[in-house]
Amino acid sequence: MARSRVRLTRVARAEERAAWLFLAPSLVLFAIFTAIPVISAFFISFTQWNLFNEVTWVGLGNYIGLAHDEIFAKVLGNTGYFVLVSVPVQIALALACALALNRGLKGQTFFRVVYFLPVVTSTIAAALVWAWLFNSNFGLINAGLSLAGVTDLPKWMGSTRWAMPAIIIVSIWQNLGYAMVLFLAGLQNIGKDVHDAAALDGATGWDRFWHITLPLLSPTTFFVLVISIIGSFQVFELVLVMTKAGPANATNTLVYYIYQNGFQFYQMGYASAAAMVLFLIVLIFTLVQYKLQRRWVHYG
Amino acid sequence: MGKTATDWVLFVVLLIGALLMSGPFVWMIATSFKPAADVFQFPPTLFTADPQVENYVRIFTTIPFGRAMANSLVVSVLVTLLQLITCSMAAYAFACLRFRGREALFLIYLAALMVPSQVTLIPNFILIKTLGWIDTYQGLILPYAFSSFGTFLLRQYLKSIPAELLEAARIDGASHAQIYLTIVLPLAKPALGALAIFTFVAQWNNFLWPLITTTKPDMQVAIVALATLQGQYNTDWPLLMTGSVIAIVPVLLVFVFGNRAFIAGLTTGAFGGR
Repeated sequence: MARSRVRLTRVARAEERAAWLFLAPSLVLFAIFTAIPVISAFFISFTQWNLFNEVTWVGLGNYIGLAHDEIFAKVLGNTGYFVLVSVPVQIALALACALALNRGLKGQTFFRVVYFLPVVTSTIAAALVWAWLFNSNFGLINAGLSLAGVTDLPKWMGSTRWAMPAIIIVSIWQNLGYAMVLFLAGLQNIGKDVHDAAALDGATGWDRFWHITLPLLSPTTFFVLVISIIGSFQVFELVLVMTKAGPANATNTLVYYIYQNGFQFYQMGYASAAAMVLFLIVLIFTLVQYKLQRRWVHYG
Repeated sequence: MGKTATDWVLFVVLLIGALLMSGPFVWMIATSFKPAADVFQFPPTLFTADPQVENYVRIFTTIPFGRAMANSLVVSVLVTLLQLITCSMAAYAFACLRFRGREALFLIYLAALMVPSQVTLIPNFILIKTLGWIDTYQGLILPYAFSSFGTFLLRQYLKSIPAELLEAARIDGASHAQIYLTIVLPLAKPALGALAIFTFVAQWNNFLWPLITTTKPDMQVAIVALATLQGQYNTDWPLLMTGSVIAIVPVLLVFVFGNRAFIAGLTTGAFGGR
């Protein structure tokens, strides 16, 4: 009895040692490139530093600066506009496509691959071709509109009014397939027998959608919503290629502003403070959604 | 409307959707074969009367695009291999071994998934600059050599391996390293494949980090070279479209051949993360 316990602890201790050896590479990399940088970013946000001069501690200076920064207010407004329009449209379209595909239509695999292609395509390459499509003088989109009889053609990326809608359209095109694939996986988890039983009880297609499919799909919807919101707050590459934040900062977004301040103006402290604002927004959305999830998500 | 009639309408709607989704790719490829003057016709035509491959030569002679493609390949392949090693080792510890602090450490790794990459961008840039690693492969690769996402994905998979199997190997005298190499890794092949494809695609398309940590054209990856090209030749649409076509081909090939594994990995990772 005593002997086997001694043996057991020795085995357990050996297992523990093995575990830390297996974890060692990830621990080192995680500490250097994730954990320490997160803490550093927090401290850098309280300093003023252009990489060359001395670091000066400015306390809440950067945050007070952001609060009084008119461009930053505009940046937050633009980012909010982008998220509020692109996320609902993208989710609604993705759900509609997933529902249609889930009926067992011909060519399901084909459609899934084609709708997913933009997701795996480099955003820079995608933004380049869309910038060309949206070109207000020689682009395909305005050519189509003028053929359709539109006389007052939008100047798209050159106009304060249409630049953001152009970016939103590209973003929806690029991310639709991801949400659709997640919805399809969610739909396939809902058993067909649930629907058959409801149909036998006389429920119509719409009834079944509202009272069975949608509630049972809500964990997926919840997840897609969180992922889409968090991803949309980080829109950057589309802005860089299509508008460079213009015209007149009409498309300047949070991550673009961080990039501008950090890597064009070399204001590391100010950029870090803006990054902390992004962090806070993402954190709040994650936590709020996590709380709400308990209230309205039905786990089947 | 009967079921088949509805299905037909939906099929046609999805087909129109597929045209819209693939349209930009068709336009990109068509433009890459156009002579420079052709693109300033209005209304534009999809196919040029005078198709040529000149742009595909020009892209490699005006900028070091061949080198950029090679850089992308080196960085993406090495990052993928390193992640397969570091993530599978961590996942083995989390899924198959008992040790104090296991749950806490796993939670810390998971919490990192909530941190937007832009938060760590500036401190990591300062680190790489201080080390003198600007314009180096290690600067491009090492920050991505491990990922919480990959560890999580593999751990979920490894948990499905029966404990008795590993226990039996222990009793036969196999070491943890032997179990990891000869039992766990071979069994985890599907999950490793999904992670490999996912990581390769993400790394190939990665933009902001290689943008700020490279200054020499010779060290640029393909996607950064493409963005630089736009700055220099912003109206040379055939050249820009040619660069885009070439830069997305490797990823499309990987995706078309591995799309099942890719999507499986994506949905497992996604739903497990809830």
